[in-house]
Amino acid sequence: MKTSKKTIENEARRDFLKQSSVLSALVLSPEKAIKDPNWDEKIAAPFEKVPLKLEINGVKHTLNVEPRTTLLDLLREQLHLTGTKKGCDYGQCGACTVHSDGQRINSCLTLAVTEEGKKITTIEGLAKGDTLHPMQEAFVKHDGFQCGYCTPGQIMSAVACIREGHANSEDEIREYMSGNICRCGAYPNIVDAIMDVKKGGQTV
Amino acid sequence: MKNKDERIGGRMSRVDAQLKVTGAAKYFAEFEVPNLVYGVLVPSTITKGTIKSLDTKKAESAPGVLAVLSYLNAPKTPAYQTDEPSKTSSGRGPGMKAFHDNKVYFNGQPIAMVVANTFERATYAASLVTAQYEKSSHQTELKSNLDKGITPKSKSLQDYQRGKKDAYQTAPVKIEAEYIQPTEVHNPMELHGILAQWEGPDKITVYAKTQGVKMTQQVIADTFKIPKENVSVHSQFVGGAFGMSLRVWPHEIATILAAQKVQRPVKLVITRDQMFTIAGYRPHTHQKVGIGANKDGKFVGISHWANVQNSNYEEFTEATVGMTRFLYRSPNVNTTYRVVPLDICTPIPMRGPGEATGAFALESAIDELSYALNMDPIDLRMKNYPEKDPEQDLPWSSNHVREAYQLGADKIGWSNRPKEPRSKKENGMWIGYGMATGTFGAHRREATARAQLKADGTLLIQSAASDIGPGTGTAMVQIAAEVMGMPADQIKFELGETAFPYAPIQGGSATVASVGSAVHEACMALRQQLVELSGNALKKAKVDTLVYEEGRVRSPTDRSASIAYTEILKRNNLPMLEVTKEAKPGEEGKKFAMYSFSVHFVKVHVHPTTGVVRVKHAVAVADAGTIVNHKTASSQMMGGAVGGIGMALQEEAVIDHRYGRYINNDLANYHVPVNADIPDIDVLFVDKKDPYINPMGAKGLGEIAIIGMAPAIANAVYNATGKRIRELPITPDKLI
Ligand code: FES
Ligand code: FES
Repeated sequence: MKTSKKTIENEARRDFLKQSSVLSALVLSPEKAIKDPNWDEKIAAPFEKVPLKLEINGVKHTLNVEPRTTLLDLLREQLHLTGTKKGCDYGQCGACTVHSDGQRINSCLTLAVTEEGKKITTIEGLAKGDTLHPMQEAFVKHDGFQCGYCTPGQIMSAVACIREGHANSEDEIREYMSGNICRCGAYPNIVDAIMDVKKGGQTV
Repeated sequence: MKNKDERIGGRMSRVDAQLKVTGAAKYFAEFEVPNLVYGVLVPSTITKGTIKSLDTKKAESAPGVLAVLSYLNAPKTPAYQTDEPSKTSSGRGPGMKAFHDNKVYFNGQPIAMVVANTFERATYAASLVTAQYEKSSHQTELKSNLDKGITPKSKSLQDYQRGKKDAYQTAPVKIEAEYIQPTEVHNPMELHGILAQWEGPDKITVYAKTQGVKMTQQVIADTFKIPKENVSVHSQFVGGAFGMSLRVWPHEIATILAAQKVQRPVKLVITRDQMFTIAGYRPHTHQKVGIGANKDGKFVGISHWANVQNSNYEEFTEATVGMTRFLYRSPNVNTTYRVVPLDICTPIPMRGPGEATGAFALESAIDELSYALNMDPIDLRMKNYPEKDPEQDLPWSSNHVREAYQLGADKIGWSNRPKEPRSKKENGMWIGYGMATGTFGAHRREATARAQLKADGTLLIQSAASDIGPGTGTAMVQIAAEVMGMPADQIKFELGETAFPYAPIQGGSATVASVGSAVHEACMALRQQLVELSGNALKKAKVDTLVYEEGRVRSPTDRSASIAYTEILKRNNLPMLEVTKEAKPGEEGKKFAMYSFSVHFVKVHVHPTTGVVRVKHAVAVADAGTIVNHKTASSQMMGGAVGGIGMALQEEAVIDHRYGRYINNDLANYHVPVNADIPDIDVLFVDKKDPYINPMGAKGLGEIAIIGMAPAIANAVYNATGKRIRELPITPDKLI
């Protein structure tokens, strides 16, 4: 009878390890390690995970991640940086937009391991302490959102849109912001916010 | 100093704006809970039948998997012991029992859930679950099943008749046409799901994406037969919903069962393609409208039929034919509503439910009639304006739709509208103008608010309301600031917690009217208590003339007869003053017909060769009573107009009926408007207080924002091209 959750988990793990033919290595493991309830997880880690170094919002991280983990899930589920949103997971909505070495990318379409050595900026890294970034200010002023779920992605995209030189007219902004869906329909206010920042001439 | 933007009618920025622009606002899937594990659903691959066998072995032995839940091993809830689906809590419970038996009702129905210690592992293991089925033949197509329509049980949608039946047929000028609304999917940006954690055998905490924490609480308590107080629901931020979170879905109950099974908190976030299959939609609807008028434009009769897509396991209805009964003065009206059960998931209200679909038919038909009569469509509507509600035979609580026509016509430049269709070009494009009316009941429900005035002069108000985006907290702070005469930054409104006093679901555009009234009454009660506790500071000034400003109460004439709220608390040795007030609608609903109205105007360009339609300018006008916050209300109207553009030109969820499966269930293939699709949108408000509906005089806004937008565009497309498109969306193939 599988009663305790740990037992279930460990048995699943053991099955896996058997299949992975790593069992021979375990035979040599000291008694103590085998009694550790998480022993199988620990032993499996080096086989399943790869080391990754990257900088997020100015903080250096040394991590071990599964190669199949997306940058988005790494941020949200492991580092608890939940400002970056998951709207589709298929690269179709822009809610997960972050900057990688200054370029806007869809973090759901980016495997975390491919970001080795990169500098990532998320919405949490945009403000300077308590002082909002001019784009954040403009979104507040122009009411560039309703539910707020697409907003971090919109703002990261909007900053990049100006930096890329794609914010010279309302039409250009509309075009270059079309990878970020807002189902609440705040588009006209988003365009106003970006125009405002662009005209204000602040460095973004 | 009084800041007008912080009061009713102001333009205050959202109180939660900072949290939203910094990423600090936490949505249900973002709470850090120790020992959290992940659920991933396994969908059925057939449309109808039974599961013969389910092979979960491979999944169970995959790394990190804790359990594979299905009908074979899921814990049974007490409510599942009865035969009927657990349709508790006024139909807001799941209409289907999660993992209860081996029946398959629609394609994509969850048949199992894999629970693993990481999202990646759960996702991989879910791909290893296989099922053998006993297939039955299915029906998913509305068109070929129209004859199977049945009269719903819903009282309000029984056949309706005023005057003679189908009298339009005898009119000198008449239109009879069919209009088709495809299936539309809400697709809020935030994916649906739930995070469930059992705190004990009969105690649970959930983080939910819900339009009503008390509703979710009631459904969970009923399903698991545990005391309501033992169910805590948290839902402070909701990333859009548009109606899809007005009930508890089976996959939410499944997650709670999973958490019970593995004795750990489980989080489920469904995928974007599952948003199409298991979480409701605006139903595909075939309608017919017959409308007849005398030569002077006076309506003789209107008939409206609707056949509406439905599931096979429960009844869903919406007021598709409702507005036809009262929006215009017509002596003869009859409406018919039928539901067509099909092998698909149950629909759920989507913004402007029913009316948005109904308005497409009715308001298109009226436009058609205007051409047949050679009359301006605004004049035709004005001619048939009813002085009172012809359905209930009651006076309007307020109805300024005629003023709205005027405001909108001026703003869009209606005089530039070509009288002849397909007669005017601009930059090589056919140009056309169109307009249509929208309406929705101005509802108010019972709600309670608790207000605490603290010794430091701050005011905290709590109510279990929701905010799916309109800016509930902001409006509540303004209402409190207005009544209390306090600066907004000293007032905090908290919502989205079952621990707070009762508030209704956020649906049917009723939050400001309902919760706002409770906030208003709680603050009025606080004022009264302050006066009672003020001793002789007010020097016997008349109570009903007292002025509340800058955190003080004073006599209207004698400025020295004044005292600060904080001083009153201090003198009475009170750390805080607290009141809880319930506010309910009174008899006004029996005396008046209460509706909000909108009028949408658009100017379109149609490419002569490709048939691409671009909305160049839109004007949305609302008669929604007092506007509490012009900034957020304007955004709400704009958002509805954007939704209407999607409805008119882009959105259609397509099923391959051979397999009963959606074929465009993602955001690359199901098109919603993006930034480049949206023109300048002007929002105008009549902004006249409704004298009867509630203390603020505010009528609802959320639904009328979209209702009427799609027909306004269809009418503009006809004006531009001479082609009447009666099947949405108006894609280029229909115009070339
Ligand atoms: S979540 Fe990445 S584009 Fe939608
Ligand atoms: S603000 Fe809700 S999706 Fe953009």
